[in-house]
Amino acid sequence: MIRRVASSFLRRPVLALSRTSVRPLSTDLPAAPSADAAFVEAWRKAVPNIEPPKTPLSFMQPRLPTPSSIPTRLTVNFVLPYASELSHKEVDMVIIPATTGQMGVLPGHVSTIAELKPGVLSVHEGNDVTKYFISSGFAFIHANSYADIIAVEAVPVGHIDAALVQKGLVEFTQKLSSASSDLEKAEAQIGVDVYSALNSALSG
Amino acid sequence: MASNAAVPFWRAAGMTYITYSNICANLVRNCLKEPYKAEALTREKVHFSIATWNDGKPEKPVLRSDTPED
Repeated sequence: MIRRVASSFLRRPVLALSRTSVRPLSTDLPAAPSADAAFVEAWRKAVPNIEPPKTPLSFMQPRLPTPSSIPTRLTVNFVLPYASELSHKEVDMVIIPATTGQMGVLPGHVSTIAELKPGVLSVHEGNDVTKYFISSGFAFIHANSYADIIAVEAVPVGHIDAALVQKGLVEFTQKLSSASSDLEKAEAQIGVDVYSALNSALSG
Repeated sequence: MASNAAVPFWRAAGMTYITYSNICANLVRNCLKEPYKAEALTREKVHFSIATWNDGKPEKPVLRSDTPED
């Protein structure tokens, strides 16, 4: 009996492999099933008295399917390594500091993966605008108007000290002109970029 | 197919994305106003112990509690 269950375990990976080769785009998929029906069936036949074990898939919340009409609000998840700033927050628009420039994201935005540069993220909800300065990160915008923004460090613009920013900018500009090796130049350039972004965040 | 067009300057200098991201984060943390700066720095403090192995035997481990300065 145990051998039969083991063989059904072994069969599953092969099925999964063949399925991925003809997988459609992730934007067109219906909501993923939370349990493998074939496995549950095989389990119940082999071991009728015990509940089938839960797989990681059943603990995950499946992604909501893309609605046919554009939703009115954008749902934002803004997370940091140590805290979840915004979780499933419904907003009207977010402006993210992508490497290609400030990008405004409205509900119904095309699915995008954007790398973020040091800059200001603004969250617009009605008449309120909340601004965070992000050190770097990524933004994933999904077809169902969910935006996942992840950043390593994000601070409200009010927490930044202007004097330290000025000092840092001067210091790194000087380091950039006196840098010798490629690595030093790169580090100095990063410093200049970050401090200029901090500067414009404070004044803008 | 374009062969790896325009790599960012930090990658051209041999730095990985994680190193770049951590440098940016450290610079931002060092620019905070006082109570927030202390919180951020204590949050990011790392403590680690390094033991070098020689001929299959560990030497005495070294305890480090550096503030993460890449």
